[in-house]
Amino acid sequence: MARIQVPERAVAINPLKLSPPLGAALAFLGIKGALPLLHGSQGCTAFAKVMLVRHFREAIPLATTALTEVSTILGGEDNIRQSLETLLAKAQPQLIGLCSTALAETRGEDIAGILRQLHLPIPVIYACAPDFGGSLSDGYSQAVEAIIRELPQPGPLLADQVTVLAGPDLTPGEVADVKALIQAFGLTPIVIPDLSTSLDGHWANGYHSVTTGGTSLAELRAAGRSAHVLVIGQSLRRAAEQWRERFQVPYTLVPGVTGLAASDDLVRCLMAWSGQSVPALYRQQRRQLLDAMLDTHFYLGGKRVALALEPNQLFVMGHFLASMGMEIQAAVSPTRADWLANLPCETVIVGDLSDLQQHAPGADVLISNCRAAPIAQALGLPLLRMGLPIWDRLGYHLRSYVGYRGTAQLLFDLSNLLLETPHHP
Amino acid sequence: MFRTQINQLLTEPACPHNHHQHGDQKNRSCRQQAKPGAAQGGCAFDGASITLVPITDAAHLVHGPIACAGNSWGTRGSGSSGPLLFRTGFTTDLTEQDIIFGGEKRLYRAIQEIAERYRPAAIFVYCTCVPALTGEDVVAVCQAAREKVGLPVIPVMAPGFVGGKNLGNRLAGEALLEYVIGTGEPPAVGRFAINLIGEYNIAGELWDVLPLFERLGIQVLAKITGDARYREITYAHRAHLNLVICAKALLNVARKMQERYGIPYIEGSFYGLGEMNRCLRQVAQHFQDPDLSARVEALIADETQRLEQDLAPYRAKLQGKRVVLYTGGVKSWSVIAAAQDLGMRVVASSTRKSTAEDKARIQQLLGDEGVLIEGGGAQELLEVIRRTRADLLIAGGRNQYTALKAGIPFLDINQERHHGYAGYRGLVTLARELTHALYSPVWTHLRQPAPWEEDLRYGSDTST
Repeated sequence: MARIQVPERAVAINPLKLSPPLGAALAFLGIKGALPLLHGSQGCTAFAKVMLVRHFREAIPLATTALTEVSTILGGEDNIRQSLETLLAKAQPQLIGLCSTALAETRGEDIAGILRQLHLPIPVIYACAPDFGGSLSDGYSQAVEAIIRELPQPGPLLADQVTVLAGPDLTPGEVADVKALIQAFGLTPIVIPDLSTSLDGHWANGYHSVTTGGTSLAELRAAGRSAHVLVIGQSLRRAAEQWRERFQVPYTLVPGVTGLAASDDLVRCLMAWSGQSVPALYRQQRRQLLDAMLDTHFYLGGKRVALALEPNQLFVMGHFLASMGMEIQAAVSPTRADWLANLPCETVIVGDLSDLQQHAPGADVLISNCRAAPIAQALGLPLLRMGLPIWDRLGYHLRSYVGYRGTAQLLFDLSNLLLETPHHP
Repeated sequence: MFRTQINQLLTEPACPHNHHQHGDQKNRSCRQQAKPGAAQGGCAFDGASITLVPITDAAHLVHGPIACAGNSWGTRGSGSSGPLLFRTGFTTDLTEQDIIFGGEKRLYRAIQEIAERYRPAAIFVYCTCVPALTGEDVVAVCQAAREKVGLPVIPVMAPGFVGGKNLGNRLAGEALLEYVIGTGEPPAVGRFAINLIGEYNIAGELWDVLPLFERLGIQVLAKITGDARYREITYAHRAHLNLVICAKALLNVARKMQERYGIPYIEGSFYGLGEMNRCLRQVAQHFQDPDLSARVEALIADETQRLEQDLAPYRAKLQGKRVVLYTGGVKSWSVIAAAQDLGMRVVASSTRKSTAEDKARIQQLLGDEGVLIEGGGAQELLEVIRRTRADLLIAGGRNQYTALKAGIPFLDINQERHHGYAGYRGLVTLARELTHALYSPVWTHLRQPAPWEEDLRYGSDTST
């Protein structure tokens, strides 16, 4: 059991935290034909857009209601109405994800009420995501909850259909691997949200002002008929509970799908749901993973790792790496979550990258986003880049650390980093 | 008071945007209200950060909820030859509690913590939308904290919702005028001392220009603000001349320094051979010193000769290539000049943030057939590219993937780019990068049909 420690400090230094509206927008980007719209000043959108464009190396559809000082004080209703009119005419989206910001929520607007009064030809889903309400994961959860509140429709259950609520830490490549695994058992997954076909970086000739991939509205409506619900990531527990209440279907929640035990759990689950045996490909991949674990245990055993990640990913990586005989030197999360107390280390710090910097000396390797690179460099330690943003490396949107195959890749990447780091006297 | 200041900035007399013959006299591009659902650009806070964050030995503290700092720290491309403190992201990260009960105490403590832990040369405090909305007295907190910590603590009152980036640049300039410039004295001032205003050392491009001034015996007293140390800006008022680089947005600083300290200013650009030469000649002309003028002419002759050799491999490849330029303000004409120096044809350019004077200049440079792009988003831009049969787009990083998805070669010109294009060296870099972008084999690969799209004849050929 870990103690959760919140340093007493007025200033955040090199924040690890990202804004909830950014997380909400990310979730909406996993829906086909979607256009996220931030209800805030034009800068709220510009900063979030630059962040996502640089991370995914993609044109990112993201609009703004462009609140000004005056419209904030008088109320942003007109801005919402005008934005929707403009976007419906110009971009022809199939869905608009309206995310609030600190600015809109500080003024305290009844956004849901405003939307009810407008007669809109397409679904406009409102995610309440003030910037002061947590980190990226929190805004992402709000959007997922808003989507499942409004779109999936109940109906006779389909025994071979699986609704997957995918957490914010899964890359498009990881979502693709999870889908392929589910399909290999003859099941049909509907992923909410599905980044694997929207932010996977695919060449599609021409420019599009809305997402060109992701789960379609028709699929989202049909998702209510899934006989099985798989939830990946503990930050989605409230969404999972909401699903169960609404559709009376139980859910299976896994923190992640990285590691032997976690992959086994998912495979066991899919065997039970499908009644099918495990395809030969995945049996072989499990044997490859065991071999990878053998090959890498020399390099990882007893090594100390310092992690600074969003809570889901922190939990999953901490558990798996500890299960490989590594020690957690430091664990930093941008926000508090009670379940982080179950991490196998003494302390979990709710803080920023300055906390990572303070507690990393003595570690052998760091795991965090690319903003930790200067810290790694200053300490002469290798950094395994993970999370968001990663703008100093290419291809990470397709990188997968899930399932048997992905877990083996994680072990190789980590071992290779340690191997190429010179030893100091 | 704050409102009055913004109105004054919107009517900045030195800015040609305000030299209208009719209508109200406010700055058109600064005053332009962002359109709901259509706005593309950054906010005033973004603009203020662009202008001030390059001060390398200062701490930059963002007072607001997480989005303002969390989504932006560490993204700016200004280079430093020394201190790295400016790259550290500081924020009060306001919580709901802070917003309900007021964030002033947290701000005061945050300033103290930074002062104790880092002893920076100064602390710039950026007031963002939420504390501006709830009416916090950020100026008073900074004043109190300054007395407590014994460091300059400078309030930057540029909350995002007051306007766009240009206005933010200008508000940042006001902060420098009010709290920084004129508060220090330089160690020594040479015969020819100038300040550079509006050059932010993106991708280190200042380092291609500073050696030129050094060779000429021109002292760059203060850089406002690329690779600057806080102290040099405090004594900027001792320079003899201000050189405003590609920055109508900071003309308020130049004009007010003229009023207060009698320092004249000239405007110039470091992009392209012609512009770089003109810039150096203008500086020499100001000082009316025959020796300096002779040195400038010798340097220009020398650099031009070397440049011609270095550019030779690229000239033939770039000759006549059609370019669309999509960027803001002065850059829209200064980069045209650079592209034309390389023998390229600029067939269209944006005039979104340009002044009337800039526009006239752009039209003159492009000729009658040149298209002026007044505004609009990615779709309109692609339409112009199609219509003008352009070979390449030069624009900011945000449009990079728009162009690539449409199969159009692209060159990044904005602040996140990796290459410096200023000065003589920069022009060679520009030519090299343009050539790579245009002639990459990737464009051939993209046009190859997939196996399932190939003409059926090929299939039947192999089967017979």
